[in-house]
Amino acid sequence: MATAAETARAAEARDRRDRWLLSAPGLIIIFVAAIGPLFVMLAYSFMEKADYGDVKFGVFSLEGWVSVLFQRDIFDDTLGLADAHLSILWRSISLSLYTTVLTLLFGFPTAYFIATRPATTREVWVFLVTIPFWTNLLIRTFAMQQVIRNEGLINTALISLGIIERPWQIMNTDLAILLGMTYVYLPLMVLPLYASIEKLDFRLIEAGYDLYASRWQVLRRIVIPLVKPGIVAGSILVFIPSLGAYVIPRVLGGGKSMMLGNLIELQFGAGRNWPLGAAISITLMALVMVALLFYVRNVSRSGASHG
Amino acid sequence: MARRQRAYDIRRQPGFGLIALFTFFALYLPIAALVAYSFNAADSLSRWDGLSLRWFISAWNNQAVQDASIRSLLLATWAATLATIAATMAALATTRTPNYPGLTFKYAFINQPLMVPEIVTGVALLIVFSRIKVWTGYTGMGYLILAHTAFCIPFAYLPIRARLESMDLTLERAAADLYATPWRAFWRVTLPLLRPAIIAGFMLAFVISLDDVVITEFVKSGGQDTLPTYMLGQLRRETSPEINAIATVFLALSVVLVTVFYFVNRRRP
Amino acid sequence: MPDQPGSNAIDVRSVRKVFGAGEYAVTALDTVSVSIRENEFFTLLGPSGCGKTTLLRLIAGFEYPSEGEILLYGKDIAGLPPHKRPVNTVFQSYALFPHMTVAENIAFGLEMLGRPKDEIKARVAEMLALVRMENLANRRTSQISGGQQQRVALARALAPQPKVLLLDEPLSALDYKLRKGMQIELKRLQHETGITFIFVTHDQEEALTMSDRIAVMTAGKILQVGSPRDIYDRPAERFVADFIGESNFLEAEVVSVENCRATVRLSSGAEISAAVPEGHSPSGRATIVVRPEHARIVPEGDGASLHGTVENVVYLGTDTHFHLRIDDGTLFVVRRQNSPDAAQGLAAGQRAGVAISADAAQLLRR
Repeated sequence: MATAAETARAAEARDRRDRWLLSAPGLIIIFVAAIGPLFVMLAYSFMEKADYGDVKFGVFSLEGWVSVLFQRDIFDDTLGLADAHLSILWRSISLSLYTTVLTLLFGFPTAYFIATRPATTREVWVFLVTIPFWTNLLIRTFAMQQVIRNEGLINTALISLGIIERPWQIMNTDLAILLGMTYVYLPLMVLPLYASIEKLDFRLIEAGYDLYASRWQVLRRIVIPLVKPGIVAGSILVFIPSLGAYVIPRVLGGGKSMMLGNLIELQFGAGRNWPLGAAISITLMALVMVALLFYVRNVSRSGASHG
Repeated sequence: MARRQRAYDIRRQPGFGLIALFTFFALYLPIAALVAYSFNAADSLSRWDGLSLRWFISAWNNQAVQDASIRSLLLATWAATLATIAATMAALATTRTPNYPGLTFKYAFINQPLMVPEIVTGVALLIVFSRIKVWTGYTGMGYLILAHTAFCIPFAYLPIRARLESMDLTLERAAADLYATPWRAFWRVTLPLLRPAIIAGFMLAFVISLDDVVITEFVKSGGQDTLPTYMLGQLRRETSPEINAIATVFLALSVVLVTVFYFVNRRRP
Repeated sequence: MPDQPGSNAIDVRSVRKVFGAGEYAVTALDTVSVSIRENEFFTLLGPSGCGKTTLLRLIAGFEYPSEGEILLYGKDIAGLPPHKRPVNTVFQSYALFPHMTVAENIAFGLEMLGRPKDEIKARVAEMLALVRMENLANRRTSQISGGQQQRVALARALAPQPKVLLLDEPLSALDYKLRKGMQIELKRLQHETGITFIFVTHDQEEALTMSDRIAVMTAGKILQVGSPRDIYDRPAERFVADFIGESNFLEAEVVSVENCRATVRLSSGAEISAAVPEGHSPSGRATIVVRPEHARIVPEGDGASLHGTVENVVYLGTDTHFHLRIDDGTLFVVRRQNSPDAAQGLAAGQRAGVAISADAAQLLRR
């Protein structure tokens, strides 16, 4: 008589089925409107472009992928490096790295400062970081524009102080994008840093001073190694959206300073080269995956060393 | 020998306080400038002509702004509602269980929208939806609602899953022990205890949908501007302080939502 | 045990419970059979991980057995989900619904059973009176103390008048004084309601004070079932003797056996009489157990069964423990109750004898 055991098996099977049914709506929506289209895009990157956008459906071509890095000479059809694309790729990567470094330089002391406030005021400081975090990205970018444009705060101040005579052109330069991205993504650095510094056991710091470390040595040899997971998390949280930035370079770079996101948009707009746009998109995704893999490797390693 | 009056502060790091204060200053200065200019009476952003509400009135009377605002709110309500329902169900399906085949797959799937740059999702949706639009002839709000729901799900999922994981199954077991069917146990015990997290998830999803500009830009059909895409379009041109006024109102809305969210989340049942 | 089906509240028959599968399989219950009588205060006693809570959860319906059956008044309930079983549980963590008041918690089960409103109201009032919580009916469960939560959990589980009440270490979260009070309270409730209680604990003292019968468990098996007196005075196995109270174990040679009593020869050569567990026929070498309070220190040779040297005298307020190194090398503890007029008179290093009270020795199965 194994009725009870059968019941147990049936209950487990029912639980499995219910769990699939429950997750089905979410999985289907995400498949239809997020993951599925990526595969369609992958297919599109291997098709021939049509003259007015879109592709010649089902016609295989590697032209999209080739044009990511190379361009055909108009006259003799030979391949040369696509300098414009390469410089945009380089700008995307370097500006993202600079942004990460800048947010870390400002974010770490800020997070440390918040974490060392008394518990009563700490929440207020965290809240002050949270508000910009949840404010529309476009609005924050626009706010940055108010500061750096030719008639903006910085230039008005510098001119009225007599330091410069004509406005300092920041808008539509790489510097504008860098300032914008640093400003917009700073909360993404501060919040994870704060989370890990807050968990720091300050008795370890006491032990550090007890063993003759200076403030700098305590910071470098004790604090930073212990909050490394937070540093890595914050860096990845800043680096990844920077790499895929679209709104910030569009508003602050003004079409002169383009990043990968703008290059992609261009192919689907005026460029009318969907296969190329698709290929660049996948390249961008690949770069993001590399960054994520770096993150996963780092986290698993530091996770292992901290038990 | 002078005696130290205060203990050696082990937490202090020289200069950190100054950098932090500068950071906070830098975080709020642009926002303050934006808000200040929205109250500017002058016609252009180049001059300051004193305080005025004229740009708020002008924006309020602008039909395009009205349409975009209503569209944004409707879209965010739909997307957040659908995403919260789907996320709640998914959270129930993926927590409080020993690992089962497919669980990791589900996690990866649900969090996928967080991993892919918006611009990539945006153009991928453009490719797919533009073809569907041609095939079906349907160009309504459905596409936007679907796309927004998809990227809102991971945000709504976050707090709901966290709450469920901190809730063990004992209370549901107690309900079952007291003759509640699984369905009644869910409605009488699980759902009421989950309510704060569901509200938090909904609000997160709502804010995320309201803020989106990139995906909307690529998915929308003609005449389907939301407030952010309308503003993005305006920024291309010579901007008038009307944009500042809209941004200021938008900002105020975000602050209110975040504050409410903060207090909903902080209050423990 | 040829019990008629239906004469017992619970019959657990050859139940096995295995968690996991393959090489990760853990046997939580290894073919357990036990019968629990109607109106009984029955305790499952054992160290953590012995399977007692698993057995309770199988009866409640939170787990299904891998093999075997569980009968409630003769009806197999092993395949029923918890909400279809007329048994209720008092959880270790109480599991009170935090979003409901005390009264709403108590009413929950009756509501789920679809009882009429008036009846629920009356029953809740009755339960509140039973656990003396009338004035806290409308409090949230987070606003009352641990001891009060305990009472609400009890009232909630008793309100639907279950056929059997299951209690999973319900007193473990309370402090010592409160626990003592609740032990008496539980006994009173069981008496007043006439409901069968199955109580799980790892605390031997709790088990001895409250139970009508105790089942001692270890490693997924039930070793012995009996009244507290049986379990304490007549442990059948070494684990039982060791887990409950303090024990002296002595190696002995079986000389003769008759009528559940054996005559055994100790290492000193003295022969004493020991009780034999039911259904056991010992021969050859055997282990006997003697409780420390069932032995006396006597002058050497004066009717002593054992001889040795005093190693330690430990004063414990109410008692004094004498640690003796017996001549065969084993340690033997004798407990003596202190009284103002009792002579101290014995110090470490002195020789002494031990007299074992008649009827005090028990022969062990293993």
